[in-house]
Formats: sequence, structure tokens, C-alpha cells
Amino acid sequence: MKSVHHGFHWTAAKDRLIAVLLLLVALLTVVFLMLILGFLITRSFPALKEVGLWEFLAGSRWMPSSRTPGYGASRMIYGSFMVAAGALALPVPWGLAIAIYISELAPKPVREVLKPALETLAIFPSVVLGFVGLVLLAPWIARVFDLAHGLTALTGVIMLSIMALPTIVSIAEDAIGSVPQEYREASYALGANKMETILQVVIPAARSGITASIMLGFGRAIGETMTLLMVAGNALSLPVTRVWGVPIPDFLRSVRTLTATIAIEGLDVPWGSLHYHALFVIGTILFTFTFVINLLTDWVLHRWRVED
Amino acid sequence: MKRLGRMLGVVLVLFVLAAGIGVANISGYLEIKGSDTMVNLGQTWAEAFMDRNPQAVLAVTGGGSGTGIAGLINDNVDIAQSSRSMRPEEMAMARENDVDVYEFVVAQDGLAVSVNQANPRTSFTVAELKAIFTGEITDWAELGWDEGGTITVYSRQSNSGTYVFINENIMDGEDWAPDALFLPGSSAINESVKQNTSGIGYYGVGYVEGVTAVRVALDEDSEAYSPLEREHVDSGRYPIARPLYFYLNGVPEGLAETYLEWILSDEGQEVIADIGFYALTPQYVEANEAVLSEIGLR
Repeated sequence: MKSVHHGFHWTAAKDRLIAVLLLLVALLTVVFLMLILGFLITRSFPALKEVGLWEFLAGSRWMPSSRTPGYGASRMIYGSFMVAAGALALPVPWGLAIAIYISELAPKPVREVLKPALETLAIFPSVVLGFVGLVLLAPWIARVFDLAHGLTALTGVIMLSIMALPTIVSIAEDAIGSVPQEYREASYALGANKMETILQVVIPAARSGITASIMLGFGRAIGETMTLLMVAGNALSLPVTRVWGVPIPDFLRSVRTLTATIAIEGLDVPWGSLHYHALFVIGTILFTFTFVINLLTDWVLHRWRVED
Repeated sequence: MKRLGRMLGVVLVLFVLAAGIGVANISGYLEIKGSDTMVNLGQTWAEAFMDRNPQAVLAVTGGGSGTGIAGLINDNVDIAQSSRSMRPEEMAMARENDVDVYEFVVAQDGLAVSVNQANPRTSFTVAELKAIFTGEITDWAELGWDEGGTITVYSRQSNSGTYVFINENIMDGEDWAPDALFLPGSSAINESVKQNTSGIGYYGVGYVEGVTAVRVALDEDSEAYSPLEREHVDSGRYPIARPLYFYLNGVPEGLAETYLEWILSDEGQEVIADIGFYALTPQYVEANEAVLSEIGLR
């Protein structure tokens, strides 16, 4: 009796100890995040002080290794958003269709092939996809659109679409799958058919998860580096064309993103130089974007869940 | 387990071989990094040297001249291969990190500007090249080729010594054409110019394949010379010939000294032509000798 009593206490203490350890490990990720953020900001600071934040955000001349250097990143910011937004045009409808099919319509054997196939697409190294884009897709784009070269924003967008698709499908599919069965049964009981149930009951009920899937897909696209570095040409001009005097994004021109700039220039830059600090400013800008996107995603998920 | 056994076997065989070859051979490890223009050349040198000195291990990698120089400044490499000279501020940064840098010219490059073989223009003045690279001229029609269409400029990236050399020597430091494409390697540019009839690019003469390496004239009144002819590179008549450098981390001794001396020897210089670059002229040899005697190796 005594030994059992003693053992009981020992187990409880051990449980508490494990819980505390796990809490510490979890807190460590927050600490890492803070350290990275702090590092980015302190490293950016000398460039911000000398050049000014406004020049980075609004300036359009990026020539940091010139004798009269320019540090305007606005075209890269535009480029990053342009390709990330473009990379949603295709995978959002396509991904949602796949998610609906897998979760509502597909027979079990089909689902069991489709899901792992999509997840495999997600783990392809981006450098491999970039190489495929460079060797196969770019010459094809050049031929189809009769361009001199195929290193265009469109080439990047297509490759990014392939990469964003699995993210969108898997999260949207989770959201649709977690809509309670009672909703569907209630809908059928009211005389709705399968399509009406999916479109008018299931999807509205899963909208927060679907929105989150789109935003995470956007986050994935804006942070992608290697593929774009290889296939998008990295030109510094603003890829817009004017239709009836209105500037619209031109996807048949080359584009440079924030990530590609860091990847191109980060390796060679003399440490401690103004250029080096300027690259940290680019990193901070990029971090801010992805952070805000994640925050918004979280907010959307939370808000709509409470409302339901 | 079987794999481990095999690995041990290989190591053992290497030891026996090493012992058999004897102590006269130089041994050690050198980290050599930098210019993409020079990576094939450096690799070929290193392989030929290692054939003769099986106990020496030389690791040659590219990444760009800037990458090699940054590695040297941060004391991470033994030799930086560079296709441009080190800037005074880079030298100062190296000194701050207690890295003594010694410069040697090891080969010459007739930096080639290439166009597609369909392009009827095979000769340019330096001023024309500047106008093309800065985007002042954007259509081949302005250069007398009416069917050429819009010019596509292919450039290396800013970590490339070749990029810096062209920017400073042809473009007077002015900005690149806004539509210039920045590609990550000499071969990639050669390949693009080969496929794109309206393309123009630049890179080390050793990478020219299946394209036209254009003749370049200093100005309208001068004759245009080809980088493919050694005499014009040697004489400096080809306007964008340039030296290729080794920057050594500290006074070379041991393996680094042996390797450097071998590269500057006739045997080492003979390798250069196989890769498509050019051996040193007497002036460069003299300059190297001066550095060597200054640091007490002569």
C-alpha cells in the first residue's frame, strides 16, 4: 500500500516535470522567433539610418554595387506581390475543385491515390522544379507567345502554382472534411441535392479554413526563392504594360522578387557594408509581409469560427 | 556494416598508397573558391596538380569572384580565384580581420561579348556595347539589323567579377539596362544567346560555344579585334582583355607555395590553352616575380 502511494506521487511529479519541459521547449520557438526578428532589425538599422525607410519602400533604383548606389526596392516588392498573386489565379479554383472532389465525391480508392500524390508534389525541392522550368517550360513559353526568351513572370507563376497547389488542397480539404455530417444530412432532409449541398452548405461552413488555405498558399508563393531566381529572369524593370493608358501587370516580361535579390546578392556582399545592411532591410520587409499574412490568416480562422 | 567495411578498406588502401609514394610529395588541403569564369580552369589545374601530388587535396568551387573574395576576407579560404582585382576597401577589410592578401596574375581572359550566329553584326565599338548594356539602344534596327527586333541583354549577377569588369570598363559604372536579364552562370548565358537570335551576352572566352564572339574596337577609328586570337589579347589590342587573379591568404608556404609555383611554371601555364584562356605575357610574369621576391620567395 505504502509503495503504491509513494509511486503515485512520483508519477504525478514526473508528469508535472514533463509538462514544464514541454512548455520550455515550446517557448523556445517563441524565443527563436524573437531572436531572428531582433537580429533582422538590428542588422537593418544602419541602412535604415543612412538611406531611410521611405527610399527602400518607394525608390525604384536598385543598384547597390554601383559607384553611386541606389537602394529602392519598390519594384522588387511589386514583383513579389505580382507573382504571388498570379500564382493564386490558377491553384485557387483548381485546388478548391480538387479539395471538394477528394473530400465529398471521390471514392475511397481514388482518394487514397490522390492525397499522397499531392503531398509528394509538396515535397519536391524547389531547385528541381526551377530546373524543370528553365529547361522545359521557358523555351515552350517563348515559342507559344513568340517571345525572344521565356524567362518571364508567367513562367515563374506557373512553377509557383504547382508549388502552391498542395498547400491549398490539403488545408481546404481538411476544412471541408471537418464540416459536421449533420449539416449535410439536414440539407438533404430539406430536399437539396448533392451539388446544392456542397455549394450552399458545406463550402460556406468551411469558408474560414478555405480562406486560410488561400492565404497560406500566398505566403508560400511570396517566400519562394530558388524557382523564381532560375526562371523569372531577374530584370530590374517594372513589368507593366499599358492598356488604354491603364497600367496593368505584364506577365510576359521578366521580374525580380525580394527573395531572389537576397539570394543573388547575399553570398558575395562584404559583411558590414551598407549593401549588406540593405539586404537585411529587404529581409525585414519580406518577414513583415509573411508575418502579416500569417496574422491575418489566424484572425480569419478565429473570427469566423466564433461567429459560426 | 558492409558499407562501413568497404569504406575502411578504401581508407586503408589510400594510406598504403600514400606511404608507398613516399615523403617527397607535398601533402595537405587547400580551399580554393571564387570566380565562375575561372572554375573550370581552376578545376583542371587542381586535377593536374593532384595527379602529380596524390597526397594533396585541393577543393575548387565557384560562386563568383565576390564570393571568393568575401571568403578570403573572412579567412575561410586559402586562395580566392578572381576575375577582377580586389578593391581597396576589400583589402582594408581583409587587413582588419588580420588576413594578409597577396595578388598574383595566373592567366589572361579575352572577355568575350557574344551574339547569336544569326546576327549579321559581328563587330562593335566599345561605345556601341556601352549603349546596348545601359539600355540606351534597345533595338537591333538601331545597329543596322532591321529584322533583329528588341535586344535581349544577358548579364551575370552582381557577385560576378565579370559583371563588375564590364560595368566599370565598358559602361563607366552606369546602370544596367532595366530589361537586362540576370542569369547565374556563364554557361547559362552562352546557352541563352545560342537560342535567342536577339540576344547579347558576355563571359570568359573559355565559355564561347555555338555563338559568335564579336570583334571589339576601342573606337570608330580603330580596328576591331577578336578575343579568339591570342596575339590580340597579349598585345592588349583587344579592348576588354583582362587578367585572372589568385589572391593568397598570407605568404604562401607549403602546399600553397608549391601549387602557386607550379601554376606559374611552364607546365601549369600549358594547361590554360586547353580551357580556352590565355597564358601570361612577360609583363605579368615580371609582376609576379616582383611580388615573390618582395615576400622573400626569390
